[in-house]
Amino acid sequence: MKLSKKDLLGIRDLTVDEINLILETAESFIEVSTRDIKKVPTLRGKTVINLFLEASTRTRTSFEIAGKRLSADTINISSTTSSIVKGETLIDTAKNLEAMNPDAIVIRHSAAGAPQILARIMKQPIINAGDGAHEHPTQALLDMMTIKAKKGKISGLKIAIVGDIAHSRVARSNIYGLTRMGAHVTVAGPATMMPRYIDRMGVRVCCRLEEAIRDADIIMMLRIQTERQQENLFPSLREYANYFCLNGENIKLAKDDVLVMHPGPINRGVEIAPEIADGPYSVILDQVTNGVAVRMALLYLLTGGK
Amino acid sequence: MDKLLLRGGRIIDPSQNIDSEMDLLIEGGKIAALGKDIYRSGVDSPKTSLADFKIIDLQGMVVAPGLIDMHTHLREPGFEYRETIRTGSEAASHGGFTSVACMPNTRPVNDNRSVTEFIIRRAAECNLINVYPIAAISRGSEGVTLTEFMDLKDAGAVAFSDDGKPVTNSALMRRALEYASSLDMPIISHCEDVGLSAGGTINEGLVSTELGLAGIPAMAEDVMVARDILISEFTGTVLHIAHVSTAGAVRLIRDARARGVKVTAETAPHYFSLTDEAAKEFDTNAKVYPPLRSMEDVMAIKEGLRDGAIAAIASDHAPHAITDKEVEFEYAASGIAGLETALALSLKLVTDGILTLNQLIEKMSTNPARILHLAKGTLRVGADADITVVDPEKVWTVDPQGLRSKGKNSPFLGWTLKGKAILTIVGGEIKHQ
Repeated sequence: MKLSKKDLLGIRDLTVDEINLILETAESFIEVSTRDIKKVPTLRGKTVINLFLEASTRTRTSFEIAGKRLSADTINISSTTSSIVKGETLIDTAKNLEAMNPDAIVIRHSAAGAPQILARIMKQPIINAGDGAHEHPTQALLDMMTIKAKKGKISGLKIAIVGDIAHSRVARSNIYGLTRMGAHVTVAGPATMMPRYIDRMGVRVCCRLEEAIRDADIIMMLRIQTERQQENLFPSLREYANYFCLNGENIKLAKDDVLVMHPGPINRGVEIAPEIADGPYSVILDQVTNGVAVRMALLYLLTGGK
Repeated sequence: MDKLLLRGGRIIDPSQNIDSEMDLLIEGGKIAALGKDIYRSGVDSPKTSLADFKIIDLQGMVVAPGLIDMHTHLREPGFEYRETIRTGSEAASHGGFTSVACMPNTRPVNDNRSVTEFIIRRAAECNLINVYPIAAISRGSEGVTLTEFMDLKDAGAVAFSDDGKPVTNSALMRRALEYASSLDMPIISHCEDVGLSAGGTINEGLVSTELGLAGIPAMAEDVMVARDILISEFTGTVLHIAHVSTAGAVRLIRDARARGVKVTAETAPHYFSLTDEAAKEFDTNAKVYPPLRSMEDVMAIKEGLRDGAIAAIASDHAPHAITDKEVEFEYAASGIAGLETALALSLKLVTDGILTLNQLIEKMSTNPARILHLAKGTLRVGADADITVVDPEKVWTVDPQGLRSKGKNSPFLGWTLKGKAILTIVGGEIKHQ
């Protein structure tokens, strides 16, 4: 079975069957990373370009490792400045890359919709590695893979996503994916961090951490970007940490077998207490491990590897 | 040939309450006669014969006073790669407009006599349509110091606006309204609270939430409309609100007019033709300020047009080069090139029963002339022969190659529209056929 799509631009575009196909394929790749020689010849002779126009360590490394373990040649282009600032448009960058005949492009960009531009003009598969506050589909897929591995299912689970929902691509992709897979999703944070009509995306909205995590099967904490304080989304880190930090006390409200997730990088003591991040409920590092498998699966499925 | 006879069209002139099949005679650049079968009886001389006229038969066509677009951006001087006064005039003429008023956000800003005179001179050289410059309210449109209103009026400016930027300082807006009233000149306000709109690229609503784009709330417009109405009410002077896009603004304007505030308003065709859904695939041609709004707003704009709260339809023609638009959504320039689609999109209001054809012509000719104090927008005998002839049944497809404007930035590309200007006459001369 193959993905019928040319690109992976967002979870929003995926059907339940497609999500399941990606997750099952990813599960089959887990084993490769546990071998002594962590390499299969699947994408030998294929070229994957990682075009990272926004700072990233984890995701870029994960994609690079995924490509290399499949024997693809991976090329990283990193730039913290936008293509506009460089003086070359994204379209020109894309046309130049296309002329070098790569087999897939992975793009991270600070502007929402940038992967759509590449997808429109390039014949190669485009994988969105995060675009602005829009989508981060591989993150949601690795999150779903982690949930499925630990809980055996996604459907029917109570999942709380806590933090700056308005500015989070992780939240959006997970809302699309988890609701589609049948989970009951609650988003929580101060009202300043709730985008308008978020309830129409099929989630429950609440303003208090305690309310959101009560009886939750999964708690996903989002990273607080400290610069949002300047936009008055919250008055101080002290207040945020006092009211929205997941800690050893408030986590008792959740189910006994709750899983705690975080897309990283974490702000210890701000949105998540160290004892939780390092504690028995945390699957944060499983997420990172599964990220490599999910990205291997996507490279495989989209480049038509054998 | 100096004499032109338009024969048998449906003549609609709201300024004289005319709507009937008649002939119209043009002589010496003016409207010479209007009546049934005037060519048979001769006009002012029994010797006049048909051979003296160029005759155009217009059965089934609508003959209207020349359409006036009171809000365009012709981009010259300074942004000639986007549009020039010539290409903008061609686009206007092609779209059925005989007159346009152009906004001052050129480079340099039209904040002094020499720029105003330059625009008028260039327009005269092009000799296609009447171009009326709107001068800036403040120097450089920076919102600090008033421009020389009297000198600008003498140079030919017809109104003042810092369009593209709001006048954030309420005291400056007050002084502008007061000072302009002594000259009988309208102030056109771009209503936007920049604190509320900052960073936004599309309407704040479900679409912005889904796309993760920073939103511009409708209230960013409403707050400023309310402020400007209060200032106008206090000064008792004339205020015109540009490009109304929200239900809240329509309500505020309607209420203000009901209590006698001298406020008028315009909207643009995209605000009653599209919602923010048009930006859903990150189509930068649907990026515009103010942004495309919700369906409730679209309905309210239509209602405002119907009940008269909104007096005029203007294109807010904002041509951009492909390089301004073929970039990431948040970096893309805002604006829609609208001169050549405005008429057909507005005619849909007639098809949909929201406006009569008479009311539509009022909003695209009679009322803009009245708001800007132009001796236009009428087919009275003796008036300048500025005439637009419309084929209301002509079906056409919006195709970038077919647009005369340099700006191909339209969210309506590929749309099939009904109604087209087939003849544009300015000062008795056929400028587009």
